[in-house]
This record gives sequence, C-alpha cells and structure tokens, in this order.
Amino acid sequence: MKNHASLFARPAMRLSLLRMAAIAALSIGFIASVPDAHAASAENGKAAFIKNGCWQCHGFAGQGGVTGPTLAPSPKALSFISVFIRNSHGVMPPYQKAILSDADLADIYAYLQSIPQGKDYKNIPLLNQ
Amino acid sequence: MPRKPKSPATDRRKFLTGFVAAGAAAGVATVAPGARAADPPPPAPPSALPPSGKTAEAETGTPKELPRVQGVPGSDFMVDVIKSLGIKYLPANCASSYRALHESLINYGGNKMPEFLSCMHEESAVGMAHGYFKASGKPLLTLCHGTVGLQHASMGLYNAWCDRVPLIIIGGNDLDAAHRPPGVPTFHSAQDINALVRDFTKWDDTPVSLDHFAQSFVRAYKISMTPPYGPVAISLDAGLQQEPMKKHEQGVVPRYVPTSPPQGDTGAVKEAARLLAAAQNPVIVVDRAARTANGMTLLVQLAELLQAKVIDQGSRMNFPRTHYLSAQPGAVSNADVIIGMELSDFWATVNSFTDNGEHGGIGENSTRIKKETKLISISSVELNTKANYQDFQRFQVIDVPMAADAEATLPALIEAVKSAIQNDRKDAIAKRGEAQKKAYAEDLVRTRQAAAIAWDASPISTARLCMELYGQIKDLDWSLVASEGNVSNWPNRLWPMEKYHQWLGRSGGYGVGYGAPASVGAALANRDLGRFSVSIQSDGDLMYAPGVLWTAARHKIPLLSVMHNNRSWHQEAMHVQRVANFRNRVTNTGNDYGPIGTSIQNPDIEYHKLAESMGWWARGPIKDPAKLGPAIKEAIAVVKSGQPALLNVWTQPR
Repeated sequence: MKNHASLFARPAMRLSLLRMAAIAALSIGFIASVPDAHAASAENGKAAFIKNGCWQCHGFAGQGGVTGPTLAPSPKALSFISVFIRNSHGVMPPYQKAILSDADLADIYAYLQSIPQGKDYKNIPLLNQ
Repeated sequence: MPRKPKSPATDRRKFLTGFVAAGAAAGVATVAPGARAADPPPPAPPSALPPSGKTAEAETGTPKELPRVQGVPGSDFMVDVIKSLGIKYLPANCASSYRALHESLINYGGNKMPEFLSCMHEESAVGMAHGYFKASGKPLLTLCHGTVGLQHASMGLYNAWCDRVPLIIIGGNDLDAAHRPPGVPTFHSAQDINALVRDFTKWDDTPVSLDHFAQSFVRAYKISMTPPYGPVAISLDAGLQQEPMKKHEQGVVPRYVPTSPPQGDTGAVKEAARLLAAAQNPVIVVDRAARTANGMTLLVQLAELLQAKVIDQGSRMNFPRTHYLSAQPGAVSNADVIIGMELSDFWATVNSFTDNGEHGGIGENSTRIKKETKLISISSVELNTKANYQDFQRFQVIDVPMAADAEATLPALIEAVKSAIQNDRKDAIAKRGEAQKKAYAEDLVRTRQAAAIAWDASPISTARLCMELYGQIKDLDWSLVASEGNVSNWPNRLWPMEKYHQWLGRSGGYGVGYGAPASVGAALANRDLGRFSVSIQSDGDLMYAPGVLWTAARHKIPLLSVMHNNRSWHQEAMHVQRVANFRNRVTNTGNDYGPIGTSIQNPDIEYHKLAESMGWWARGPIKDPAKLGPAIKEAIAVVKSGQPALLNVWTQPR
C-alpha cells in the first residue's frame, strides 16, 4: 500500500466555516431536487458505494478514518450529502451527475441508512483497557 | 585510481587468471584463450567412455597449493578498523566486488562484531540497518556491489536520509580498468559509484590506501553519528581489499571520539524563551526532536513548565501519548507562539494544502495560523541541506530560526524559560493546563467512540485490528517496530505509548518497501534488548522485497507481523479516483474494487503461505474479527519461543 499519507492526513480536509455556510445555503436552495431516498435500494446502494469508490476514504461500512469522515451509522440528511458531494471544493472530490446519478446517490444513501448502530465503546472491553 | 606497484609475492590478476583457467579446464567444450577460430575443434568423445588420465587427475587429484598472499591482507586490516567501532551486525547481500573483505570478516574476524546477516536484497539490508538504529541507537554497516547493488540499495538510503538515520554503506568497486577482470566485474565497476547516492548521503569517500581507509571509515562513522544523523558511503577498491599491507603503511586505527551535537545560539535561545514565557497560548510541535529517551524527558519538562500543548508529528517517539498536554495538529490554529523542533515540514505545519483541483489543478494553499503568530524553529537539518532532492520542503519564514540540534538545545531552553516566566504569569499558565486536561479527556472519548464504529465489520476494521493486537501485547515490553500503511493512526491514538522504543516512526522518504526490512532490523535490536517486537505490515510494502522474511527466519529474529492487508496500493487508488472526479469521468476499475493498476487482487496473495515458505509460522487469511484475537495469542507464543510469526489479516482500507 503506497503511502503519501500527509496529503490526506492534514486538517485541510475540514471545510471552512464559510464553506459550510455556503453548503447549508445550497442545501436549502436545492432541496427540491434531492432524490427520493424511500424509493431507493440499499442493496444497489452498497454496490454503487463500492463501484464509485466511496469505500476508499470512508471504508466499506462508511465508518470513516483519517482519510474521510464517518458516514454511517446515522448518516447526515440526504439533502446535505447531496449538495456536498455535487459541490465539494475540499479534499473530497466532487461527484457530478455525469459520474454518479441521482438514482445511484439515493441508493447509496439507503445503504448508509441500513447500516445498523454499532456497539457503544463502553461495552467493548478492548476499548476500555 | 592508477594501479599501485604490486607486491612481488602477490598478483591478484594471476590469481584470477588461474581461477578462470581452472574453470575452463572443468568445461570440456571451452576454447582455450588464443585459439584460432578457424581451427576445428576436436570431436567430443562419447560421454560413456572412461575419463582420460589427465581428466581424472584434474577431477580427483590434490590441487597444487595456490600462491599465498604474503603479509597482512589489506582486508584483514579493514576488519580491525571496523571492529574498533563496535558494530554488531552487518546485513548484506553477498557480492564479488567485496569478496576479500567478506572473507576477512568471516574468517579473520570470526564473524563477530560484526556478524554477517544474509540478505536477499540490498534494499532489505539498508532497511534492516535503518530499523536497527531506531530501536537501538547504534548504526550498522552494510556492504554491496558498488554499481548494481548500490542501485538496489539506493531507495533504502533515501529513506534513511530523509529520516535522519545513520548507517555506513560500503560499495565494492574495481577501479583499475587495465587489470580488473573483464566481463561481469567490469560491468560492475564505475569511476565514481558514490555519485549515485551523493545527493542523499551526508558524506562519501574513495580511499586509495589502507591508512586512508582507516581514516575514511572512522570519519564516516563520526559524520554519520553527528546530528543531524545520516547515511554515509565508501567506495572500496577491490584491489585495495585483496592486496597486502605495504611496508610504508602504518596500520594505525584512529580513535573514535563522538562530536558534540550543535546547540542553539545563546541569544536565540533567550529570545525563544522570552516569546514562549509571555505567550497566551504557546504550542510545541515536534517531529524528530527526541533522538533518545532523554529527549522525551526534556520535552515533558518544557511542556509542563509552560503548560503548552504538544503536537507530536511522529517521526520519533517524542512525547507520551498519555500526557494531557498531547494535542492534535489543529491546535496550531489558536497559538500565538509556535516552536517547531526538528520538523521535516514546517510549512505544512502552519499551512494547509488542499488537493481539490482548483487553480488549474494545482490545488489550494491557505494558512492555518493567525497572522500575528510568532514562529520559532530548532532544526539541525539546516546544517545539512542539499539541492537536488526536495526533502527540505516548502520555504517557511521563521521569526527565530536556530540551526541546532533540538535535544542538545533543550536543557538551555528549559533554563531560559524558567528565568523568563514572570510571577504574574504563573496562575494563567496553570489554568491553561487545567483546560487542556479536560480537552484531552474529551478527545479520548471521541477517539474511542470512533474506534467502535464498524467494530464487527468484515474485512476487519483497522481500529479492531490495532486494539485486538494491543490487548494481547499490553503486558509485554512491546515495541511497535513499524506501522507502514495507513491504519488511521489508531496505535498513536489509542495505545498508551510512553516509552521511547514503543514507537519508531516511519520511513522518512515514504519510499514503499521500508516496513518489512525495518521491522526485521528493529526486531533484531529488540531481541538483544529483551523486548517484544510487533509490526503492522501492509501488503504492498511487503511485496517490494519479501525475501527479508527469509533473513528473519534464518537468523532467528523474533517478530510478530500482523498484516494490514487491504489488497491494494490504497493511497494510489484514492489519487486516481480523485483525478477522475476532477475530470468528470467514471473510474475504470476493471474487475477490481479500485482503479485499474491500484489493486492487489485477482488473484489474492496468500501472504501466510509466502511466509511459511521462508520459515515463518503463519496463519490466514483472517477475515472474521472474532477469530483475530485467538490467532494473535497463538502467534505471540511462537514469537516468544524465538521465531517470527505472521498473520495475514484482511482489513478495511484505512
């Protein structure tokens, strides 16, 4: 595994407050165009999550790590995610509709929603050594 | 180098000629030198016929005694010089260009101090020396062919250079173009082998006499071991090794006296102390500040004196992870004074680069600190900067720069800070510490919460991998000898690292292939020091030169290697994905998970079988997290018996 780690490990991955505010504004503006998550398939979403490389930074279970934030369980609102991934100017590269359709995005969101809550760290002895 | 007058009793060229002739005699179809091409060769006799008397004598008779070297072989004297420095091991891949020294080391020198360790690749040998130093504080010597071997070794040397690690590499070379053997030995010769690595070695030399070698070797050791540490190279003529000492040569081995490391200028130290003592929110950033365990002790003193947050960038174990002043990189944003000690990249400490394809694809740069923040630097690397390779990173303006060794400067800085702290500042300083205690505790909870996510996932989460491992080694005197490949820094975030040998840093130059050999080298040092060595071994790293596994088994080096096998060169997978997105293209993954060319699957490599084939105890692939703990327990028992053990664990990407 190649390791040019510093490129991704820097706190630059965090969005600035201004950028977050802009995304929030965009979320409101674009809310009407957000795909309908209820019609989506978690099974198809898992395949799309892998096919589109989401797993690379966020892990196969959306757990996150130094390269990307946690997506699941309890994903943020679809409206937020949708606007973010279409318009990202941060470390996360943008996914335009040409490479990730609204339907695939809805399926991915369904997959993230389907990921069950894990254990509380207090109940994992190895995390309380 | 012009050929020197030969000793009357010695002619290594005739010796070689004899060797070649003997080889020719053994081959029935070999044409003798000087035979005309037009002469038809005699018909070959049927192989079933009995050998002629001459052939039988050649094959069964007692050979005539070879001409002996009169006097002390030059390479024996070289061994005396090498022994004077107490070098314990010599990992190397054998090569004819240093055969005379090789022979002296194992026969005249008794294969002790140094002991020859058989390596499969020169990069592995250098990587072992790299890891050995970081675990022991002692440099090793390695030997190689001056051309082909040094080219193999060069990536390892670059890592050592960037990681400020001392080691000595000797390349065999036959300088006498008129008399050296033709063919392969001449392919393996060059005018100046050191030119290949001069950009990333501290010093090099080409001794032309034995007295010169003695001075050169001791000087090389001394330069390598003077901070800033670094690798050094010696080109060693084959003739000089093989010929005897001349009468006029004195054969004196110079005494090694360590050079004191450079300390910061008194005025600059005082100014730095004044700024730190008066700061509202000082932050200490360290990368290779602690060269020894004492460096850690000094850093704790300085941090507690100021109640200042410490960001340990981790190229060495600088600061206890369990200390409440241990802080995250983002702590620089609120600092009014930042002191950086032996940072490999000060610019990136206080600025950020976002690879977002903006500005024509070059990304965005922005500051991470306040405009008025004062910057102090103590870095010995400023004394040893070269032009070609860009390991000095981007230029950063510093308010108080000191070209000095941080650990050597810390005692004076601590005293200066004590003097500079005004009585009316002491309450504020104490309150700063109390706030940080609370922040540290909250951060630890967040980290544990993050580690719990996907705890039962398969492939196994990197958090689970690391904590299952820690759970089994926590009562041992453990040393994490390498963690190449990114496991989201879980060991640094969750293992209670407090001892200098518990974290040995990274490769330095990010040249992949460091983890496996450095682990073996560090495990060798730890074996002698009674420590338990564990490595988190990534898949891509192992496959650069897996032959080092054999070296570990051959020399009974106990090491627990737990693989972070994410089946890809994952950093590159993310890079290609990123560029594809910038260009609004769907990434072509072929039949793999990652972009074509970045996956190590189809077929999956059975690393456990690879290790078993080279004498390791190994198990895998382990995909079920519930099975990981018991497998680690079994492997630890094997390692405690003195053998290396490997677990092939399928993991999440990061």
